[in-house]
Amino acid sequence: MVPITTIHYLVVAAALFVLGVIGVLTRRNVVIVLMSIELILNAVNLNLVAFSRMWGRLDGQVFAIFIVVDAAAEAAVGLGILIAFFRNKDTINVDEIDLLKW
Amino acid sequence: MNPGLHQALIAVDTTSIGPGMAPVATPFFFYLLSGLAIAGGFLVSTRRNPVHCALALIVTLIAVANLYLMLYAPFVAAVQIMVYAGGIMVLFLFVIMLVSIERASRDRRFNRFWPVGLATACGLMALFVSAFVKGRALFPDRMIAIPEGSNTQQVASMLYGEAGRMGQYTFAFEIASLLLLVAILGAVIMTKKKI
Amino acid sequence: MPNFIMSYLGSTVTPGEAGNQFWALVYVLIIFAGVSLAVVAMNWFERKALAHFQIRLGPMRVGPHGLLQPIADALKLMLKEDIIPAEADQFVFWVAPLIGLLAAFTVYIVIPFGPSQAVSDMNIGVLFMLGVLSLGVLGIVVAGWASNSHYPLMGALRSSAQMVSYEVAMGLAVVSAVLMTSMRTGTGTLSMIGIVESQQQQGVWFIFKFFPLGFVAFVCFVIAMIAETNRAPFDMAEAESELTAGYHTEYSGLRWSLFMLAEYAAMIAVSSIAVTLWLGGWLRPFPNLLHAPAWDFIFSLFPSLTFGALAAVAVVGAMRMPAHSYFQVQRIGLAVFAALLGLIALFLLVIAIAGRSSDATVAARLCEGIDCVYWFVLKVSLFMYLFIWCRATWPRYRFDQLMRVGWKVLLPITLVVLILTAIVGVIVS
Repeated sequence: MVPITTIHYLVVAAALFVLGVIGVLTRRNVVIVLMSIELILNAVNLNLVAFSRMWGRLDGQVFAIFIVVDAAAEAAVGLGILIAFFRNKDTINVDEIDLLKW
Repeated sequence: MNPGLHQALIAVDTTSIGPGMAPVATPFFFYLLSGLAIAGGFLVSTRRNPVHCALALIVTLIAVANLYLMLYAPFVAAVQIMVYAGGIMVLFLFVIMLVSIERASRDRRFNRFWPVGLATACGLMALFVSAFVKGRALFPDRMIAIPEGSNTQQVASMLYGEAGRMGQYTFAFEIASLLLLVAILGAVIMTKKKI
Repeated sequence: MPNFIMSYLGSTVTPGEAGNQFWALVYVLIIFAGVSLAVVAMNWFERKALAHFQIRLGPMRVGPHGLLQPIADALKLMLKEDIIPAEADQFVFWVAPLIGLLAAFTVYIVIPFGPSQAVSDMNIGVLFMLGVLSLGVLGIVVAGWASNSHYPLMGALRSSAQMVSYEVAMGLAVVSAVLMTSMRTGTGTLSMIGIVESQQQQGVWFIFKFFPLGFVAFVCFVIAMIAETNRAPFDMAEAESELTAGYHTEYSGLRWSLFMLAEYAAMIAVSSIAVTLWLGGWLRPFPNLLHAPAWDFIFSLFPSLTFGALAAVAVVGAMRMPAHSYFQVQRIGLAVFAALLGLIALFLLVIAIAGRSSDATVAARLCEGIDCVYWFVLKVSLFMYLFIWCRATWPRYRFDQLMRVGWKVLLPITLVVLILTAIVGVIVS
């Protein structure tokens, strides 16, 4: 069997990234769009940790931890905005969230 | 039972890592975990019910955490399971329960301009494939062995140590904690009914 | 084959460290069987103990003194009709108890029953345990949602909010215990076996270290673990009087028993963590102070003495059965049970004498292994009794009181204990 190298992990990360981009660009439900953004962040994390393994330094892993922290903060704030919006307009479809002021 | 069979019961290392590494059946687990991760990602993008999407994302997160374990990054794997799968996904499920109205799960799944989105994603995939094919020579085939015993200690010394080669991320760590504080305040204020 | 078993018993590392997958699988099966047996015994013990707290007798009919009651319960649950609500999400309804069960049982991978008796001693054992415990919340949330009815949904939301709040206090208490492992050697460790070994090296259980800091951290962890497993007095989510059994209202028969299995397994898991982190794990009392071989021998007699005491209690119970023909079967059954316990006591006595007197390898290793497992299981049983005692004694917390305790009382206390532990540790060394 082919030994598993860095490129294998990069391919998996790229596939996850593209699936996340499809989710962000095509779904109607805002919560699912936010979940696809988490998928994108995970793909980037996998990329970073794979490269950290390739070079033998830990900077990639530390940066991945920071990205996890950042994803938590962004998910909290994004879902807060969604709840505030849902209270006003009673919808969670991106097609219908298209007014700056109503 | 003869000693030969005893030897055969211990898994054999199949990758070209240096001596002293713990043996794992690497290709089998890699393909299993990456298949799970990609299947979970596909289900996130295509399922109608948001709770199904959340469960698929949990499967993806745990598969990716195990991939981190295979890349000899146990601390990042533990942080991923604790924070992502145990915290952020609970938050997502809470919000799905609060805002999911029944007609939302019977609406159309994809928005008006989904062909454009799909074409963009395909273009992105083509870009990635071309980057991998052309840049294959940049990635060395042999992975450097990182000792597993002190991974947490090394990560901690990079995050908490004094200035220099170790401890170059201390300032960023403090800023990250400040970011979390701001995010908590923002989420609380935005979801209050009367400020 | 004996060579194979001896080559494993002679090893000083866990199967995970040695890469030995066969023995790791054997350990997993033993743990699974042991935890299921413990859950069954816990079911009986809880009903009898609660009853005696409330000055009544509890189950007395099914076996002698209700000993076969859990088996009858399990049979009943297995034979009940499997009801699924009409509009419920089929797949999610099916998978929800499995998530909780998975989270509860995966913790046992890192729990050490002896110096090399764990499935796999990870270097990040404590982090792994905290992370996997937090996955149990997902099972509850998903179960409440999948039932498609408002009582389970509200129960699930309250229960998961409570569990997430007390995870923070639990994590901080665990961090202060981990901090104490670095006090003598300068480098701490996150592995569970390493924590018990550092308690052995420092000669003090962490509950007594820097008194009262270790004790306060231990008490905070105990409160957090009672809240984390949704037990009284924090069982708002499954309170029968308010919420008609909360998130597992719509689950019947075998699915409900899976939830109960997950809850009891989680209770035993967090008790094992508390025992490992603060009470010295598998160490017998005074391992450094009373180190003479005579003391070793006396402490090795404890397993057989315990089973002998239980056999004596069973014999007394058999003698006190009423002299009516109806009770003859129960009397004979209890006498057989007493004989079984007596046989186990005799077996353990033989192993203790053979292991401590001669230097024969098999008996000595077996004796050490049994001693370690015995002290560990004894301490965990004390925690199980503590759970039942708390349930019988205190009324239920209201939900807002519960959240207030979690965030405004436990979190500041654990933070202060952590900072004080660090300061005292730096001053002392």
